[in-house]
Amino acid sequence: MATVAEPVTIKSPGPPGVWGWLTTVDHKRIGILYGWSALFFFIVGGLEALLIRLQLVGPNQELLSADAYNQLFTMHGTTMVFLAVMPIAAAFANYFLPLMIGARDVAFPRLNAFSYWLFLFGGIFMYSSFFLGGAPDGGWFGYAPLSIEIPEVVRMDFWALGLLTLGVSSIGSSANFIATILTMRAPGMTLLRMPVFVWMMLVVSFLLIFSLPTVTVGLFQVLFDRNFGTLFYAADAGADPLLWQHLFWLFGHPEVYVLILPAMGIVSEVIPVFSRKPLFGYSFVVFAGVAIGFMGFGVWSHHMFTSGMGPVAESGFAVATMMIAVPTGIKIFNWLGTIWGGQLRLTTAMLFALGFIGMFTIGGLSGVLHSIVPSDSQQHDTYFVVAHFHYVLFGGSILGSLAGLYYWFPKMTGRLLNERIGKWHFWLTLIGFNLTFAPMHFLGLIGQPRRTYRYPEGVGLDFWNLAATVGAFVIAVSVLFLIYNIVVSRRNGEIAGRDPWDARTVEWLTASPPAEHNFDEIPIVTARDDLWERKYTIDDNGYPVARENPNIPALKEPDELGEIHMPSASYYPALTALGVVIAMFGLAYLPVGFAAVGVGAMVMAWGIFGWSMEPVAKDHAGHGDEEHDGD
Amino acid sequence: MTDLAEVAAPEAHPPMAHVRKVAMWVFLGSECIFFGSLLSTFLLYRTKTLDGPGAEEIFNIPFTSASSFILLMSSLTMVLAHHAHERRDSRATRIWLIGTALLGATFLAGQVFEFTEFVQEGLKISTSPFASSFYVLTGFHGAHVAVGVLMLTAMAFMSASGRLNDSEGMNVELVGLYWHFVDVVWIVLFTVVYLLQV
Repeated sequence: MATVAEPVTIKSPGPPGVWGWLTTVDHKRIGILYGWSALFFFIVGGLEALLIRLQLVGPNQELLSADAYNQLFTMHGTTMVFLAVMPIAAAFANYFLPLMIGARDVAFPRLNAFSYWLFLFGGIFMYSSFFLGGAPDGGWFGYAPLSIEIPEVVRMDFWALGLLTLGVSSIGSSANFIATILTMRAPGMTLLRMPVFVWMMLVVSFLLIFSLPTVTVGLFQVLFDRNFGTLFYAADAGADPLLWQHLFWLFGHPEVYVLILPAMGIVSEVIPVFSRKPLFGYSFVVFAGVAIGFMGFGVWSHHMFTSGMGPVAESGFAVATMMIAVPTGIKIFNWLGTIWGGQLRLTTAMLFALGFIGMFTIGGLSGVLHSIVPSDSQQHDTYFVVAHFHYVLFGGSILGSLAGLYYWFPKMTGRLLNERIGKWHFWLTLIGFNLTFAPMHFLGLIGQPRRTYRYPEGVGLDFWNLAATVGAFVIAVSVLFLIYNIVVSRRNGEIAGRDPWDARTVEWLTASPPAEHNFDEIPIVTARDDLWERKYTIDDNGYPVARENPNIPALKEPDELGEIHMPSASYYPALTALGVVIAMFGLAYLPVGFAAVGVGAMVMAWGIFGWSMEPVAKDHAGHGDEEHDGD
Repeated sequence: MTDLAEVAAPEAHPPMAHVRKVAMWVFLGSECIFFGSLLSTFLLYRTKTLDGPGAEEIFNIPFTSASSFILLMSSLTMVLAHHAHERRDSRATRIWLIGTALLGATFLAGQVFEFTEFVQEGLKISTSPFASSFYVLTGFHGAHVAVGVLMLTAMAFMSASGRLNDSEGMNVELVGLYWHFVDVVWIVLFTVVYLLQV
């Protein structure tokens, strides 16, 4: 391993204090903000899940009213999808995407900040509804025409406006990531040398760009139906309620891949490092991800097999759904091929990655069952479906993200997470997760319906529901271990140094945590696993041998650096996002809210105007930045 | 292994004009799906007129043809603005920018007039699913034109105060891309929503 004298002091770059964070345009700080916010919303969504499980612990429970239960399952789903899992991916992507391609920042740093603040304010906006007469209660999919009933009660307005806000935020960061990946790679970083995580984020960004507009249109239609008397979902006027289902799932199914592909990218980074082998079949993993991206747009109607689309459409979507299992299977075999014959190090990150493979495979298999139309018609709206998507979302996305957290935490903070607590965390998570969600397969097959707040005694549902509730509390305990680990290790964790895992990709070439400018000198990339090639060569038998002179440039002191222009901090992105959310509050309470819409629009205009007029870097006009394009 | 001669100097930041163009194309791709979804809704509901007037009774094709022609001509003036900007002729740039904005505003005025007529003839937004989908589709297009007019006007002012800079803030080429896109969308809408329905 490379031995380079490392500084032992760890200092967080960037100006301190609330103002420093509020105005930051540094992709690493924005990534950390995303991370903390996602953790917060993950805990809130988890508490909602615990309340749901407490209500279902036994037959005929009285803890929650039907109304409260509806709000809780709606907000649990909405929170976990839009405010927890997507932002976790955004956190890693923000922090590591520029580092992994050898860039100094994302293409549009202020747009990046705007996306973050819009996400945070949008989440707070949706949650404020709990204190304003009740949270959204129409499910995370908000089926019309149910969602347009009772326009006087503004719950579903909060839902639709909140999702629109989050959608704008996602479009902004997706365009940003695509521009960054396509134009700002370090010299020699060809597309097929990019780390798989970067590839997956590229696919995810395109998925969001092309899928969000359909649900945006649906959300506008619901809002207009509720507030302006349009008839998009008025069945008695001849409108077609299935329109919403198509518009929603044409977004909603690509969204599933938006949630899982980042985790697949993360484990494709983690597994090679802890197997000390290059990723088996790199191009297959990349192109399987791209194939999933394309096919993800052709399977949405398998969410609608019971809506009476007719045999032709159902067969087509059934076949497409079976086909999409193929690229997914390719990836799983490639990960297994990477592990095969490797020198495994079972760190916590690796354990979570292995857990990901196992749990995601189970979820994938129950997913294939849903492609069989007669079988799906039986499972539709039962707990079997709940079991399936928690295996892919928790067993897949969350375990994958936790692998990423244990793997990258040292790069973000300079200190390692505690491995002993980490292993407790892993095993508790795995046991609690299976105890919670495996029984739901049985419950679903017995016939327990989803989104129903009570079940009667003596129909065979008691035992497994109790088991699932116990499991949910085991997961809750495991999350306490995670929080404890983060809090303790941030202060007192073992000093990581630049490259604690003997890793393969260039983000480990720079300091931990990296300076604001990321790299003292932009690395010139000559190989797929560039950092590994700098450290190791191969002997005659194909085994890695450490190079005598690893090509690891020494870190420079600040006064040794030449002039590096970084974008200046700006409060306009946060201000503009604030304006958007003020306007959203107004729109939720039309027509009296028009005043707030006006105030919000003025704040927005102030933000956009200041944004376009301020120089990007105060002392330097040549390095351009972005504009707000009026979207 | 790598032909380092092919790659740029390590410190060189890619030209921002290029980076922003990539982002703009991506955004316009997203907009295609947005208008596609609105248009699908319209096609689903085009015959659901209930008791209200339908397409054949209400559309005034000669009038809308004229306003469509005006919008198409604004693409020409946009090209001229861009061309003048490339020649660094800021006075001509301003003239063509203002011209484009005026043509866009004329189109908008036509749309307002048209909507007013339709409402007077009994086609309100809540009259029928046909009416709802028609107004929301063409209304969103109109909103896009309005945003374009604002950007064009802002650029003309920025050019006048010498703040129009290719690498920072708004730039003629980006707004041009947006403007042409909005025009192309109208060509599709005018054909599908108006011409094919009467």
